[in-house]
Amino acid sequence: MFTQQLINGITVGGIYALIALGYSMVYGILRIVNFAHGDIFMMGTFLGLFFTQSLGMQFYIAFPLSAAATAFIGIFVEKIAYRPIRIADKLAVLISALGVSIFLQNLAQIIWGTETHAFKSGIEVSTFKFGGLILSNIQLIVIFLSCVLMMGLYFVVNKTKIGVAMRATSHNLNSAKLIGINTDRIISFTFGIGSALACIAGLLVGIYYDAVFPIMGYSYGLKAFAAAILGGIGSIPGAMVGGFVIGIVETFGAAYISAGYRDAFAFGILIIVLIFRPSGILGKKLVEKV
Amino acid sequence: MMKNNVYALEIKDLQVKYGVIPALKGISLKVEPGEAVALIGANGAGKTTTLHAISGIVRKAGGSVIFDGKDISNSPAHEIVSMGISQVPEGRGIFSNLTVYENIKLGAYLRKDEKGISEDIQKVYDLFPRLEERKTQLAGTLSGGEQQMLAIGRSLMAKPKLLLLDEPSMGLAPIVVETIFRTIKKINRESGMTILLVEQNAQMALYAAHRAYVMETGEIVTTGTSKELKANDEIRKSYLGLH
Repeated sequence: MFTQQLINGITVGGIYALIALGYSMVYGILRIVNFAHGDIFMMGTFLGLFFTQSLGMQFYIAFPLSAAATAFIGIFVEKIAYRPIRIADKLAVLISALGVSIFLQNLAQIIWGTETHAFKSGIEVSTFKFGGLILSNIQLIVIFLSCVLMMGLYFVVNKTKIGVAMRATSHNLNSAKLIGINTDRIISFTFGIGSALACIAGLLVGIYYDAVFPIMGYSYGLKAFAAAILGGIGSIPGAMVGGFVIGIVETFGAAYISAGYRDAFAFGILIIVLIFRPSGILGKKLVEKV
Repeated sequence: MMKNNVYALEIKDLQVKYGVIPALKGISLKVEPGEAVALIGANGAGKTTTLHAISGIVRKAGGSVIFDGKDISNSPAHEIVSMGISQVPEGRGIFSNLTVYENIKLGAYLRKDEKGISEDIQKVYDLFPRLEERKTQLAGTLSGGEQQMLAIGRSLMAKPKLLLLDEPSMGLAPIVVETIFRTIKKINRESGMTILLVEQNAQMALYAAHRAYVMETGEIVTTGTSKELKANDEIRKSYLGLH
């Protein structure tokens, strides 16, 4: 039972982590919360639905294609909704984000209707038994893909030139400009990567739960945002850790205490951690500069 | 225009506004190739804004910034760096989460000549031996003076034709300030690098620079050679604390 729930928790945790990365990376660079990120995640999921069901594409083609398309949505959102008001008050950015969020939700409802769609991934579900443990191939796909993507991101951020530029930009925007980094390009790149990861997370939700709906961005987005805060917003490893912690805690809470309070466990742990460690698990203490 | 008439940097009637508040009310200045020029004045005079307008961090409201004969005042910051202007930011602006070595290397972000980069890293170490001793340390663990050395070293890695320095003395002990300014003077006099320096510490600025402009509330009020300004009664009283 315990190990079984742990595996279930890791599965959803991996999904939360992939979405949380987008929140955290954008915050790390621009110090803004992209509240439209949940809806970008939803758009990615529906694009996947469109490619597989309406166009009949194979999954291994539809996955990268929808990820790329969602990356462009993210880059476009930043260009039209955030870039023009970059020097404005943070409140303006928040309002702009909510506007994008409402727009995307309604756009999806106009195109795909308000109902919940089955995802029909076409992947034959098979289960493996190890002792008392039951593992489905879908769980393995979810865990495998989320881990591979996170390792890939870790490699890009830490070992490539654009990754160094991302870290420099996130640390000090003006200093990054002054050594010749095209920070606008880095910001676009960051939105693109975050959105692509969110899209993959959405497709994983689709094949795992077999249900997608136009306001799914709200619940998943909020929980992933909690994961980003929990891990320490702005920190990439923090978003990963936060995602897994939220996934595992809510799964255990639902299994051992009450399934009705699933969401309460996720946000409960957030509140507790923030009381004792306001900067999050891996977040750095922020010193306000004068 | 004849070659010998091209200034390294020429600012004409430059205006910058923050919202509706004018920060620069139309300043003009010239820097000759190989010269070290200082911009001195009190807090809020517009010195940092001037540097930010040159390097493209803030946008002008009017006027022009001509570098090597071209108006650069509409170019984005990263392009200005690639044209040959490198700025040592106020408060150092080092990447404290990266090592000393990584910081220096990042200064060469736009360069592709790996061999030249490693040679220049060695030159930075020769200029500031302390940085070589601490190359594997996180930059955030350095002392203020060492961070200033790092910021200067990082800027030199871009191989600039014009080096801008913003308040290199800020927050440093007098003895460290002297070391830093001796090095600035050395960079200018030995390698002939053109320097525009912003400084509240007029004494040190006039020591390192050939000429200086004095700024007050967004305007240039006086200019002259360092020698002339040191002899000027008004300057002695207001900026050098002498009577």
